[in-house]
Amino acid sequence: MPRASIFVTCIVDQLYPKVGMAMVDVLERIGWQVDFPERQTCCGQPAFNTGYRDEARTVARHFLDVFRDAEYIVVPSGSCTSMIAHHYAELFQNEPEWLALTHRLEPRIWEFSKFLLEVARVEDVGARLERVATFHDSCHGLRELGIKEGPRRLLARVQGLSLREMDAAEECCGFGGTFSVKFPEISGGMARTKIDSIQRTGADLVVGIDVSCLLQIQGALSRAGLPVGTMHLAEVLACR
Amino acid sequence: MTGAQEQKIRQTLDDANLQLAIYTATGRLMSHRKAAVAEDVLPDFQELRTQANLLKRHAIENLDHYLEQFESQVVAHGGKVIYARDGAEASEFLIDLAKKKGARLMVKSKSMTTEEIDLNERLERQGIEPVETDLGEYIMQLAHERPYHIVAPALHLTRYDVADLFTRKLGVERETEIEKQTKIARAVLRQKFLAADIGISGANFLVADSGAVVIVTNEGNGRMATTLPRIHVAIAGIEKVIPRAQDLAVFLKILARSANGQHITVYTSFLAGPRREGEIDGPEEFYVVLLDNGRTRLLADREKRQSLYCIRCGACLNHCPVYRKVGGHSYPGVYGGPIGAIITPQYLGVTHDPWLPFASSLCGACAEVCPVKIEIPKLLLALRSEVVQAKLRDTQSRIERLSFRVWAWAMRRPRIYEMLGFMGSALLGGEGWIRRLPKLLSHGPLGAWLSQRDLPRLPARSFRQLWRARRKAGEN
Repeated sequence: MPRASIFVTCIVDQLYPKVGMAMVDVLERIGWQVDFPERQTCCGQPAFNTGYRDEARTVARHFLDVFRDAEYIVVPSGSCTSMIAHHYAELFQNEPEWLALTHRLEPRIWEFSKFLLEVARVEDVGARLERVATFHDSCHGLRELGIKEGPRRLLARVQGLSLREMDAAEECCGFGGTFSVKFPEISGGMARTKIDSIQRTGADLVVGIDVSCLLQIQGALSRAGLPVGTMHLAEVLACR
Repeated sequence: MTGAQEQKIRQTLDDANLQLAIYTATGRLMSHRKAAVAEDVLPDFQELRTQANLLKRHAIENLDHYLEQFESQVVAHGGKVIYARDGAEASEFLIDLAKKKGARLMVKSKSMTTEEIDLNERLERQGIEPVETDLGEYIMQLAHERPYHIVAPALHLTRYDVADLFTRKLGVERETEIEKQTKIARAVLRQKFLAADIGISGANFLVADSGAVVIVTNEGNGRMATTLPRIHVAIAGIEKVIPRAQDLAVFLKILARSANGQHITVYTSFLAGPRREGEIDGPEEFYVVLLDNGRTRLLADREKRQSLYCIRCGACLNHCPVYRKVGGHSYPGVYGGPIGAIITPQYLGVTHDPWLPFASSLCGACAEVCPVKIEIPKLLLALRSEVVQAKLRDTQSRIERLSFRVWAWAMRRPRIYEMLGFMGSALLGGEGWIRRLPKLLSHGPLGAWLSQRDLPRLPARSFRQLWRARRKAGEN
């Protein structure tokens, strides 16, 4: 049985453990053995994006050390995947040993939907969910990893699910990590623009590949008292 | 952030009409651009972006060479080049020139560079009357406001706002039709064109091999301002130089399309030197002021010098979800939006407005549309790191520094990380939503989050606990 290591990310570990479990379910269902290296914590992105490069490097070294021998690393996040695959190299440009390890791991890091389609090569995971959903393109997945059609292809195979595009699917939800608390009014305003677009679709469910965006969208939906739910792609695909 | 800046942002966010005006206007520019660069209309758009990037890179890496070449060409055509270290030097030149020639009135074609150096205020202090002749700029001059947007200065005003402004400032009857408003402005401006002694323009490009100042406009005012008065002075940042006239084949194809979806602007003017013998129009004297004003500081930075590639199309502003919320007057400096957030801190120093590079969700929409491929998010990240390295001494910065140090320490100690998770879950765990917290807890990031959004309660068990339980169950 092929074997995949999962990096569930700190936010899934602490806030959305169900998403991690759903990802495990889907991977096992399609015949992969799942390994969870228990020393894992965070990829370092919060520090990197806030300008704390030394701190980001400390955490990034820990990540590289934990996953140094993994063959496939599957991540339920476009943002954290991009941090590792695109920004570690910049962090370690003056540290040849860590840079070499970074380059070795870069091709082994897979965002969950990309892993399903390009490594496992499955589109239909046998999921079933009776909902009307709209898909939110998360920025780093879309613009740094080129993830656009993949999740939609996977969702199109979910029985009972009908997918409606929102006009502002590619517009940022306003999360942006520490941006969301450094500039709460701007961030909140962006979230409200997003949920206006969600509402126009008439969908009762927002699906995404990053729980950080979903945390923002869900928080804004709840504050506005709107009966629209959010689910990570893995949770949708785990439904049957 | 100063109180005034914070207030401006809040005001803009709370003004529903203004929000709609910004969102609609930028949305229109976005969709026009999208149509103009579509695969079936301009199949080589991505290659053009790459070429534009390479051309700009080459020009900036060899700036000294091309500036000298440009200068010698201008001189060969009978013009003069003046190097100005900053706004004071640039305006001093103009003021001296005005005194020598007895000029009291100057007409201006639209120029962000002159906005950058507060040229109008400097001239007015010397008793010289500068008149903006681009319609949007004219409106902003009447309103005593700085441009709201690089390309569309009055983007935030509706035609009803303009009607009120014209009535108030020009004493005309209230007119809400745009065409009629244009006629009102034209009647005023015609007289100014005819009476002005000096015409001032900016430059979209300075062509090194031919010594031409290229300006692209839509209203025809640019041609009037640069050819009717006796003297033409172009004021341009040193980064505007491009090697060859043929390079315009790339830049002109992407500039207007990126700005507002026009395939090309109505006018593309090549201004090279004063009127020559036998020519029937053009100025008698021709000057180009090459402005530094902080640009050589950018040039010294290997990574961030790409900010100088900017051709001021404004696409990054239109596509920026932050700009679309806070508008053009919430930014320090005259350049708003993502490009402003990377060049203003470099002109003024990163500690001048240390919050500015952080006012972005790093969504990357700006870089996706930038016609010269400036890596804006990457530069924002670099600037953030510079702000952190400057070790600001205010309480909030100190707390943040300490927090990240502790955080990094904990994140490489899985057991401590897990313990912190337990604590969080004990404190904020359960089912449902957190909508507000007791006062003690509502300061800092948590309070900021809850000011806008609800927070789901933390689950009773983390993923790693669920994982262990599942594995244990599997073994039994």
